Amino acid sequence: MIQIEKLRKTYRARGRTVTAVDGVDLRVREGEIFGVLGRSGAGKSTLLRCVNLLERPDSGRVVVDGRDLSTLSGAQLRAARQRIGMIHQHFGLLSSRTVAGNVAFPLEVMGVPRRERARRVAELLELVGLAEHAGAYPAQISGGQKQRVGIARALAGRPRVLLSDEATSALDPQTTGSILELLRGLNRELGLTILLITHEMEVVKRICDAAAIMRDGRLTESGPLAELLTRPGSELAAGLFPLPESGAVRPGTTVADVTFVGEAADRPFVSTLARTYAVDVNILGGAVEQVGDLRVGRLRIELPGDPDANAAQLAHLREAGLTVEVHGRDTALEGTS
Amino acid sequence: MTWDELAPLLRDATLETLQMTLWSAVLTAVGGLLLGVLLVLTERGGLLPVPPLNKVLGAVVNVGRSLPFIILMVAILPMTRAIVGTTIGTTAAIVPLTVAAVPFYARLVETSLREVDPGVIAAARAMGASRRQIVGKVLLREARPGLVAGLTITVIALVGYSAMAGAIGGGGLGDLAVRYGYQRFETGVMVATVVLLVGLVQLVQTLGDLVARRLTHR
Ligand SMILES: Nc1ncnc2c1ncn2[C@@H]1O[C@H](COP(=O)(O)OP(=O)(O)O)[C@@H](O)[C@H]1O
Ligand SMILES: [Mg+2]
Repeated sequence: MIQIEKLRKTYRARGRTVTAVDGVDLRVREGEIFGVLGRSGAGKSTLLRCVNLLERPDSGRVVVDGRDLSTLSGAQLRAARQRIGMIHQHFGLLSSRTVAGNVAFPLEVMGVPRRERARRVAELLELVGLAEHAGAYPAQISGGQKQRVGIARALAGRPRVLLSDEATSALDPQTTGSILELLRGLNRELGLTILLITHEMEVVKRICDAAAIMRDGRLTESGPLAELLTRPGSELAAGLFPLPESGAVRPGTTVADVTFVGEAADRPFVSTLARTYAVDVNILGGAVEQVGDLRVGRLRIELPGDPDANAAQLAHLREAGLTVEVHGRDTALEGTS
Repeated sequence: MTWDELAPLLRDATLETLQMTLWSAVLTAVGGLLLGVLLVLTERGGLLPVPPLNKVLGAVVNVGRSLPFIILMVAILPMTRAIVGTTIGTTAAIVPLTVAAVPFYARLVETSLREVDPGVIAAARAMGASRRQIVGKVLLREARPGLVAGLTITVIALVGYSAMAGAIGGGGLGDLAVRYGYQRFETGVMVATVVLLVGLVQLVQTLGDLVARRLTHR
């Protein structure tokens, strides 16, 4: 749905050149929620603004819904933007217009006749749960409600793609939760493809299907969450599902982290392992959590005994579809995961 | 001087002042908005960046702002004659009044427009709004309270300038005060014109505040 190829964007400010986006390749599939995670200044907003050409990239290509926006004329580009929704960290609402007036704005821009506009505004406000606030001014409603107005407004042109620039970063955790729920619902019900940028791991964890990490203008890691979680050494996985620091490995034991995603999480692998190999599996820590749609579990286990025997036991787990990262002891085992 | 003698003088002078102020205020509102919008649009990084034009406009505004009104009025006498055919009278006074007030108001317009949240402008662009729509529906609309407050200040300045314009043949309350109050030592006339001018300024300020407040939704 969104395809970004070799995108570069530099800014020249007071003689200095800042490379905000430094060769980014990214692909967001239809119906997916894709999160780009990174610290402030990483280039996330610039990347997002290049998608609807609020910023002109220096080089590279952006294709949205099959169209390369950079080839369009001014009027065509404006029409294309009407079909790409965007929501903003500070909402970007017109303070001089009511909630209904703000939602009507894009419809006016599109030249929708008054009668139809009123109908559509009512429909959109209903969709985001703000029908009774239609006559309020932005200054009179809460941050969460403002973002709902922003979302209703972004949906006015029946877009297939929504861009979200830190949409929940100005909100408290509870309100963040309700806005993320709303986005998730829209994604499911309308098949809306969402590309969001955020500095909050929590956002990725709660609603993203796929994610990337951005640092200094580059994506350092990228992929579907299910795949990232089982990718050894993944920074995103470590952030999504942190494990406690491990202590020293006791002599004569092997310590390993076992990650299981989806259906693998439902099988009782510990007892199977214990029974099959007659080994006393010791659980050092772990948790099962919900990451997006996925149930993910991670256990840190300690296996006593001979290194070769341990290796065979861990190989058995890998064959069962689990991801195993050896933590301690056996240099021979390291790097084999 | 009796009240019966004074009343028609005051009435005529007040009407002349109102006429000068109102007409130049209308022209200034249009010209100042236009120039102010141009200043904001054409600046580097603006919606329609033309830095050289921006520099020229800025310089013109600065020159207009730095000339004392009395000098500007005399300096543009030929222009006044070319436009209205005379340099004397209420109508002739409207020309220098407008020429002086447009740059003044343009700067106030510029300041108000700059205060519009850039995030709102970016949002409008993202929604596919054209430049014209952004100027009309976002910039001017969002800045309305500031534009009205600026116009209030400008109109009050115009009331003051109009008194000066009157001194060189424009008529109005300023003219009356000078001719009777100053040159003929008619203290009553002086007091009456002062009261009327103060009242007029108060009225304009009160009205402006009221409108600005009604337009504010922050
Ligand atoms: N309009 C601009 N002019 C100059 N530099 C900019 C501009 N926008 C962003 N930058 C710079 O580009 C880099 C990336 O900024 P941004 O995309 O806003 O990052 P993020 O959204 O991840 O915080 C920063 O170093 C920032 O200072
Ligand atoms: Mg940002």
